[in-house]
Formats: sequence, structure tokens, C-alpha cells
Amino acid sequence: MSGSAVNPIRARGIRKSFGALEVLKGVDLDLAKGEVLCILGPSGSGKSTLLRCINHLERPDGGMIEFNGVPVGYRLSGDAFHELPEREIQKQRAAMGMVFQRFNLFPHLTARQNIMEAPRRVLRLSAAEASQRAERLMKQVGLAEKIDTYPGALSGGQQQRVAIARALAMEPSVMLFDEPTSALDPELVGEVLDVMRSLADSHAMSMIVVTHEIGFARSVADRVMFMDGGVVVEQGKPQDVLVNPEHERTRTFLRRILE
Amino acid sequence: MVMTNKQAGVPSVLTDEQLASARLLPRRQSWTWVAAVAVILVLANALYSILTNPGFGWPVVAEYFFSPQVMAGLVTTLMLTAISMTLSLVLGIIVAVSAASSNPVLSSVAKGYIWIFRAIPLLVQIIFWYNLAALYPRLGLGIPFMPSFVEVDTNSVITAISAAIIAMSLNEGAYMAEIVRSGLNSVDSGQREASRALGMSSWDSFRRIVMPQAMRVIIPPTGNETLSMLKYTSLVSVIALPDLLYSTQLISSRNFEVIPMLLVASLWYLIVSTILMIIQSGIERHFARSVVRP
Repeated sequence: MSGSAVNPIRARGIRKSFGALEVLKGVDLDLAKGEVLCILGPSGSGKSTLLRCINHLERPDGGMIEFNGVPVGYRLSGDAFHELPEREIQKQRAAMGMVFQRFNLFPHLTARQNIMEAPRRVLRLSAAEASQRAERLMKQVGLAEKIDTYPGALSGGQQQRVAIARALAMEPSVMLFDEPTSALDPELVGEVLDVMRSLADSHAMSMIVVTHEIGFARSVADRVMFMDGGVVVEQGKPQDVLVNPEHERTRTFLRRILE
Repeated sequence: MVMTNKQAGVPSVLTDEQLASARLLPRRQSWTWVAAVAVILVLANALYSILTNPGFGWPVVAEYFFSPQVMAGLVTTLMLTAISMTLSLVLGIIVAVSAASSNPVLSSVAKGYIWIFRAIPLLVQIIFWYNLAALYPRLGLGIPFMPSFVEVDTNSVITAISAAIIAMSLNEGAYMAEIVRSGLNSVDSGQREASRALGMSSWDSFRRIVMPQAMRVIIPPTGNETLSMLKYTSLVSVIALPDLLYSTQLISSRNFEVIPMLLVASLWYLIVSTILMIIQSGIERHFARSVVRP
């Protein structure tokens, strides 16, 4: 409610189950403006689900998420939260960028068209404006010469960079990265991390990055959060959590990943 | 082990020079030629017989090929095919989306529709719709269980042509729904998810992202269905609708040239089918463009 002091993202007590499997068991999360938060954890620890709850791709079973001081997907009326109509949720999602593990570029559209699509349909930009924006962003991710190429003719690393450009085209205030380098061949990971690093260095973007890249987390993250079994085990500065973790579970995980 | 040693131990009788400069000849394909000659002989014989047997009546075929009555029949056939196919595609999309809907009533009704209309023969459906007036003499439009706003005499609405279009669209719609469903299922769920994450509406996501990709799977069987539809229109002769087949039959009932008039119809079906196949391959190329690497 109160202007600049508010954290872009504030989640409290997030719970989510798929059938009998409880994936999130009451998770709290805060993201400050311009902060880069890296979430680490073994697969199945609920980190991707948490990310998908934040932009309401998944509906949490319990708890509430605030985005720029406003509940995500709900409106408080009296003493209860009422689910918003789809149109309103779309507006909230449009202000959060998301990058997927498997890129999910639209294969029937060129890189330029991939980037232009949502600004045209959602922000109602003119074709010329959207195209200009696509050119600027493709330059930013270092792929200016590939702008009229179909995703099928791009490498995995290039596809992921286009996917980042596509998310940035909506001028989001928060970027959510869901294991952005996990599906890439090892030699292509660096170019994607470089794009993310320069985005972080600009300090204009608040970012949550679910990742297994310890090196990236150590050098770029302002804060690291370790999740296991649907709960946050510990969080803090990267040098603390990654170098001198307090919990045995964190130590075991880091040892396994660094082997 | 023994084999390997033995093979490795045999000294080659060929020099390096002989191996490097080997002259290579492909295997002789003698049976290819035998089969080709046999097939050509059979075809030549058939063609000779078709051209020389007076029963085929080629002069009669030529005389009636462009006659106004045949042309009118051809136009009726093309129109029935085009309208029914368009309506069934729209219907198929609506039914496929409904069947996949999370609303249990909507999805059950859609599945029930597919079940019934695929089960009953098209010929039966055509005759049924043509005789609708026997069941409902008057048709009205209004809210269920309330008096209608407008009401008309059934026989003024259900003519031979509208009965044919309704029957064929409803029947084909059930098949198209299954084709569209398989197309929609072929699109990766990440595509819908990515468009939702960008804030796109479900309608925009369906129209701009999912459907264009589903088309690649939908088009080949739809081309097949269009060809089937073109030929199924000949069933409308049972309700005395003068399509291509029925018009040629009307002529042969006067001039008794049964075979030549069937040839007229067959040749036109062949021509139209060929054009449809060419159009189909063009459309397929259009929707495959992103898969072809530049």
C-alpha cells in the first residue's frame, strides 16, 4: 500500500499439494527491489512450484502472495480473499517475466515475432513499436543478427536468450527464472548466465532464480535460499549459505552438487 | 574369438593399389525391369480397350462433359462440400475444445455428440433430417420450456439442400472434433503456459499460439476428410438433390447412356479431387514453414 518501501514480492505460508503429495509446506519469501535471490535445492524440493505460485500459474492451496503490495490472484473483500477474474490475473502476470527450463519459444514464429506477440496483444503496442522493442532486446541479449530466425534454427543457448528477451519485452518489474540452464548442453550455459548477470548488474530488475549453478549464485546473488522437502531450510548471504552452511541438509546437497 | 583371429590371420591377395582404385558397379536390378514391362503391358492393354470399346461412348462423354445440367450438378457438389466442410471444421473446433473443458456438463455433451454422430450412418442421417417435418412440423426459436420468439413451418426451412448440409456438417463435425482434439493434444503444454505467463488471454493463446501449431497435425487428415466429403455428397441423390452424380443419372435416364454418363461424373470427381490434393499440399507447406530450417 505504502509506495516505495514495499517489497516487490512478499509470500507468506504458501502451501501446495498435488494429490497426496505435499510439495510446499508453508513457505515465506521476500524479494526486495533490485534484489537477486537464488533458490537452490534438490529436485522435488518445491522450488519450481513456488515460482509458479508467484505468478499464479499454480494456485496455492494456502497462504498468500503479494506483488507490489497487491495480493496475486485475489482481492480482499471483508475478511476473505476472493479469486480475481482471469483478465485481472493476466494483468498481474504480464508484469512478471518468466523464463522456463525448456525455453517454450513459439516454434511457428520467428524470434522477432516471439518477442512482439505479447506486447502487441497485451500491451496493445503498434507493430512498429513492438518490432523496435524486439530489435533493442535482441541486441541486448547479443543476438541482433538472428532476429528473423525461427527457434528451430537456434541453439539451446540462443533460444533461452530469445526467451529472456521475450519476457523482458513486457517490461516486467520482476523476473522469475525456472532452472534456465538445466536443459542446456554444458558449453551453452555460460552465454545464458552472462545475459542474466548483466541484467542483475543493472540493479533495475528484481530477480528470483531457481538454479543449480552454484558459481552463478555465489557471484551474482544478493541472497541464497536453500529449500528441501517443501520448506526453506536456510537463507542468507551467498558466502554464508554456500561456504559455511548451518544445516547438514544444505552441506550434503552442496557436496553432492560440487562433486 | 576364433572367427576374429582366423579372419585377421588371412593374408589379403589384393594390393593397396587395387583397393584404392577399385571400379564400382551397382548390383543389376533385373527384376525391376521385368516388373516394369509387365505393368506397362497390362496398362497399355487396359488403355487400348478403354479407347476402342464403343461401350465407353467417348463421343457421348464429350457431348455432355460441359452440359449446363452437369455444370449445375458440379456446382451443387462443390457448394455442398465447401459449406459442409467449413461448418464441420468450426463445429469440430467447438466440440473438441468443449470435450477438453473442465466443465463436466460441457465435456459430457461434447463426447455424447461425437459418440452418436459417428455411430449412425451418414445416409440415415441425411434421410432423417430431410424428414424432420414428420417429427416437428413447426420449428421455433426461444428459451427452453418457454414459448418461442419466432416459429416457422419446418418444410420451409428443411429443403433438400439444407437437410443435406445439416446432416453432412453434423456428421463430419464429429470426425473433425476428433481430428482437432488430436491436433490440440500434439501441442506441448509449455506453449500455453508460456503465453499465459506473458499475460496473454486464453483466447489469444488459443488463436495465436496453440491453433497454428495444431494445424500441422490437423491438416493432413482434414484433407482426407474433404476428399471423402466430396464423394459422400453423392449420397444426397436419395433425397433427389441434383448434385454431380444425380444430374448425370437424370441425363442417362433419358438417353440410356449409363456408362458414358458415369464416366462424366467420375472424370469430374477425379479433376476436383486432384485440385483439392494440390491445395492440401500447398497448405501443408505453409504450416510446416517453421519446421523447415532456413
